[in-house]
Amino acid sequence: MAHYDLAMPVDEAATRLLRVNDTVTLNGTLYGIRDATQIHMFDRGRKTRFDLAGHAVIHTAPNVKKVEPSSAYPAGYAPVCIGTTTSARMERFTRPLMSQYGVRMIIGKGGLLADSAAAFAELGGVYLAIVGGAAALETTWIEQIEDVDLDDLNPESLWRFRIKNFGPLRVAMDSHGTSLYTELKKAAAGRRAAALASMGVK
Amino acid sequence: MNVDLKQVEEAAKELYIRALKMLPPDIKSGIAALERSESDATAKTILGTMIKNISVAEDNANLLCQDTGIPIYNVTIGRNVIVDGYGLKQAIRKGCERATREHPLRSSVVHPVTRKNEQSSCGRGVPVINIDFSDAGETLAIEMIPKGSGSENSSWLKMAIPAEGVDAIKTFVVDCVLESGGKSCPPTIVGVGVGGTADLCMHLAKQAATRPLGSRCTDREGARLEQALTAAVNQLGVGPQGLGGDATAFAVHIETAATHITMNPVAVNMQCHSARRARATFTPAGIEYGF
Repeated sequence: MAHYDLAMPVDEAATRLLRVNDTVTLNGTLYGIRDATQIHMFDRGRKTRFDLAGHAVIHTAPNVKKVEPSSAYPAGYAPVCIGTTTSARMERFTRPLMSQYGVRMIIGKGGLLADSAAAFAELGGVYLAIVGGAAALETTWIEQIEDVDLDDLNPESLWRFRIKNFGPLRVAMDSHGTSLYTELKKAAAGRRAAALASMGVK
Repeated sequence: MNVDLKQVEEAAKELYIRALKMLPPDIKSGIAALERSESDATAKTILGTMIKNISVAEDNANLLCQDTGIPIYNVTIGRNVIVDGYGLKQAIRKGCERATREHPLRSSVVHPVTRKNEQSSCGRGVPVINIDFSDAGETLAIEMIPKGSGSENSSWLKMAIPAEGVDAIKTFVVDCVLESGGKSCPPTIVGVGVGGTADLCMHLAKQAATRPLGSRCTDREGARLEQALTAAVNQLGVGPQGLGGDATAFAVHIETAATHITMNPVAVNMQCHSARRARATFTPAGIEYGF
């Protein structure tokens, strides 16, 4: 288990170095993306002006405050509370995010499924687990909301954050076909019979 | 006691914000206890991050979690309370909307078909307002639950049949916890409804999921099931965030209601580790805020 400090964006080689249970801390740029953002991008033909190549996206829809645009708040939004949502709902968007936009890392909670694991292996990507529900802490890792696109979908806009020491995050799915979620789900299912027997279920 | 609806509106606003920022003491000590007893190193680190988040939220007066949830207000009206019921509902809705706009909070509520967000945390039938009555004299209590979607999406109903017996209930709960995995943001409170009609069963599950830790089902049979199921689900090793460990659930909570001779319904509704709730109690002495 190694720790990596990564300045975003990263290339495929850097992504393929990462193995499950490694930890990473990200610096630089992070994009926030959500259900509606991706439904509009991949089902309704909308495009973003952002270049996501080599970047990490986080499954989020933040609490923000609308303010006058300034150098501190270039997008006209001050962060209030930024956290992470359950990833599995957005499973089918992993592949197009990677193949059409070159995204390398997805940050979320609860894990992604088999299609995403396959996309990570084929195209060189990883899933980074953050602690869900720890949004007050996560907000302290975000320096600024630099820009926003598709903002008619607010709060499910496409957000560009400037981040500092964002993490540590745990590599939970890597580009070598390993997923902690699959392993742990299998192990938990293996304990089902004993758990039921402990209650006298026949 | 006459209830001033302007005060209800203020309380409805205040409660939403308080609930999002301050965890009840039973939940805080519940996470601390799980962290102390956790044997898995990764799980212990994750629980430690959750504890740290609680203090960061308190220090920065910030929201614990970004998910402002679907707002639920549970109103309990005692005896000798004079209140305009329709006005009460309007005041709560107004307070909820004001919290969203004035704090501001993320409005997490959209129309179910158009997905349009009114940016008010309100919509058709939302906030959810449940009204019940108690025998407490001159007391009106409003409990506010911002129900996060990660855990709410982990909801299931099974209309089991009598021949399947109580084993169907036990098996269903274990299978729901397995199915939910890390998606419900464990450690969770697993709320289970047993009996009633389909809709009552689901409502019981929600009441169970949002009950304080340490409370027991007042039905002895339900309390027994709670104990057995709490031990059973914590043998599964799902762990915090679904990444393995001992702490899968704080507890399984059960609420029961009588059911039909042909029915054996069981429902599951989960509450995440950020098990937020806040309460305002109106009495002739004034308004008291708590959990």
